[in-house]
Amino acid sequence: MSQRVEYDMAVVRGFAISALVWGAVGMLVGLIAAIQLAWPDANLPPYLHFGRLRPIHTNAVIFGFTLGVVFAGSYYGIQRLCRVRMFSDTLSRINLWMWNGIIVAAAVTLLLGISTSKEYAELEWPIDIAIAVVWVVYAVNFFGTIARRREKGMYVAIWFWIATVLTIAMLHIFNSFALPVSWLKSYSAYAGVHDANIQWWYGHNAVGFLLTTPILGLMYYFLPKQIDQPIFSHRLSIVHFWSLIFIYMWAGPHHLIYSPLPDWAQTFGTAFSVMLILPSWGGMVNGLLTLRGAWHKVRTDPLLKMFAVGITFYGMSTFEGPMMAVKTVNSLSHFTNWTIGHVHSGALGWVALTCFATLYYMIPRLWHTQLYSVRLAEAHFWVATLGLLIYVTSMWISGVTQGLMWRAANPDGSLVYTFIETVAAIRIYDVLRVFGGALYLAGVVIMFVNVWKTIQSGSTRVPAPEPGPGAAAAVAGGQ
Amino acid sequence: MGWDWHRPLEHDGLRFTLLTLAAVLVGGLVLLIPPYFMQGTVEPIDGLRPFSALELEGRDLYIREGCNNCHSQMIRPFKTETDRYGPFTVAGENVYDRPFLYGSRRTGPDLARVGGKYPDSWHWLHFRSARDIEPRSNMPDFGHMFEWQLDLSLTARKMETLRRLGHPYSDAEIASAERDARKQAAEVVERLQRDGVEVTDSEATSEVVALIAYMQRLGVDRAAAVAGGR
Repeated sequence: MSQRVEYDMAVVRGFAISALVWGAVGMLVGLIAAIQLAWPDANLPPYLHFGRLRPIHTNAVIFGFTLGVVFAGSYYGIQRLCRVRMFSDTLSRINLWMWNGIIVAAAVTLLLGISTSKEYAELEWPIDIAIAVVWVVYAVNFFGTIARRREKGMYVAIWFWIATVLTIAMLHIFNSFALPVSWLKSYSAYAGVHDANIQWWYGHNAVGFLLTTPILGLMYYFLPKQIDQPIFSHRLSIVHFWSLIFIYMWAGPHHLIYSPLPDWAQTFGTAFSVMLILPSWGGMVNGLLTLRGAWHKVRTDPLLKMFAVGITFYGMSTFEGPMMAVKTVNSLSHFTNWTIGHVHSGALGWVALTCFATLYYMIPRLWHTQLYSVRLAEAHFWVATLGLLIYVTSMWISGVTQGLMWRAANPDGSLVYTFIETVAAIRIYDVLRVFGGALYLAGVVIMFVNVWKTIQSGSTRVPAPEPGPGAAAAVAGGQ
Repeated sequence: MGWDWHRPLEHDGLRFTLLTLAAVLVGGLVLLIPPYFMQGTVEPIDGLRPFSALELEGRDLYIREGCNNCHSQMIRPFKTETDRYGPFTVAGENVYDRPFLYGSRRTGPDLARVGGKYPDSWHWLHFRSARDIEPRSNMPDFGHMFEWQLDLSLTARKMETLRRLGHPYSDAEIASAERDARKQAAEVVERLQRDGVEVTDSEATSEVVALIAYMQRLGVDRAAAVAGGR
């Protein structure tokens, strides 16, 4: 520490707080949507019904919460890994405020029914343009920082963030091409099966490059920091990085199996999805083996528990996904709650737990203090894990049940069940899901209290140099 | 501990970034471009007409209310699926679908062939309150669509925009969009009244009429093509 660099932590603090707020909002909306499925009288038209709330839920948790943590974590990590301040504080500030403005605009327009209907790309064209602008701002800031770095090598976390910045720009721009009718209405530049093809190229790779690569970046930066030992294998990270980003881009058509999409494209989707197990598990193995010789720390450290369970869920859902991309399995699972279960095992298990751990790591350091209560964080972990297990298990059973009922045929070939009978049969699992989701949200409320108390006990200003518990934490976090 | 050959890349941000870009480009190019040169995916099926002015508005309302979050419009080629819903979906019937509405979750049944399956009056009651017809349904009520007036101020411009994207609307159809929509709405209302539904003047020009027209159009061209042996 011969030359101390003044890192810009204001932007990190901003994104950490906004992510937490959007996470709570998004999960609350998700809970309401789940309640509406189980108890349809909870739909409150014209605005507060499932059809309008579901996209608000997905947009808030993906773009408000997850991406907020990714912005926070990458702004935190990139400065330290490059040993320079961000390229431009102004760009950082534009990034923070414009992005949160976009999330507000998203919530308002979706509530009003202004939507393109394309999943995770529902926002209309003026907002799409704003997103592209913010993304360019982030990219310039990010690459500018890399270009000015004072550390020769780029650590593996940076690779994953580079892949994120590039790919998301490409996906967003090409999937959003549309011809406007008015300020609030446009028609997709693509029609029918071509629109479906490009949408799931986008949709699948949004999972790949918003919910996987940047989260792996967080894992690669924050897990070794928290456990205080290096990652297991540099060689493994090279192999799994390049294979992951290459193979991911081919797997989109597994969302369109048995659709009118040309068969060869569907087969590519299946084949590359199955191949994707290896690079995904490369990441899992590298993460879990980073804990080698330190598993005793997991017993007492809730952050490490979140990382470990998160990585385990990553491994599980990246095995499940490829299986669901196999035609035989997909014929049963497609259009059922199994898909919902799969998504949430990845989202609640891998993405959100890793994001929580990242926030728990950063927040005390950002406010130069210590976490208010490790026991509350521990409680958060257990409540969240229990909630997500209930959620995911109920959706698995629900999905398989409905899938089997849809295809059940009498000996004479006629259908056994009417559609509504298959709706009634899964209602109990819709109720169970509400409990699972409520527990998961309760964990976030616990986190809110803990973070609030932590922030209250700290300060955004770097404390005076005399040694104390706060200063020690600041030094530890300043590396 | 690392591989030496990779070290220069880790030191060269520009080269690393360009190589990453190349790696993520390949899959997309291979999957997205060639389908445009496959006739079956771009040629409409025989007898396929673009949506009428009223149906188009109904479709946009379907999207506004997020119906696609619970209803698919894509029938897979399995016997149990074609028995339940009708002929499986082919690419040529979706060439005027902007955006596509295949959906991803069937909380409710598939709607790709719902046109003509139920009378208009069934849809009328069902949109008002699905549980009046089927107590086990978990569909929201859409009572507000019986009050909110159908807005046709953009219809002609919508058709013009779609024509620029290749939908075969004639000048005459675009010029008379609003009139045609009103006329088709009046036909729906007439059928409703024939079924004994009491429709107020305000309801006769409300959004739900467009939504019903859209429902009744879904899959009709494909069914006719199948029936005609095409």
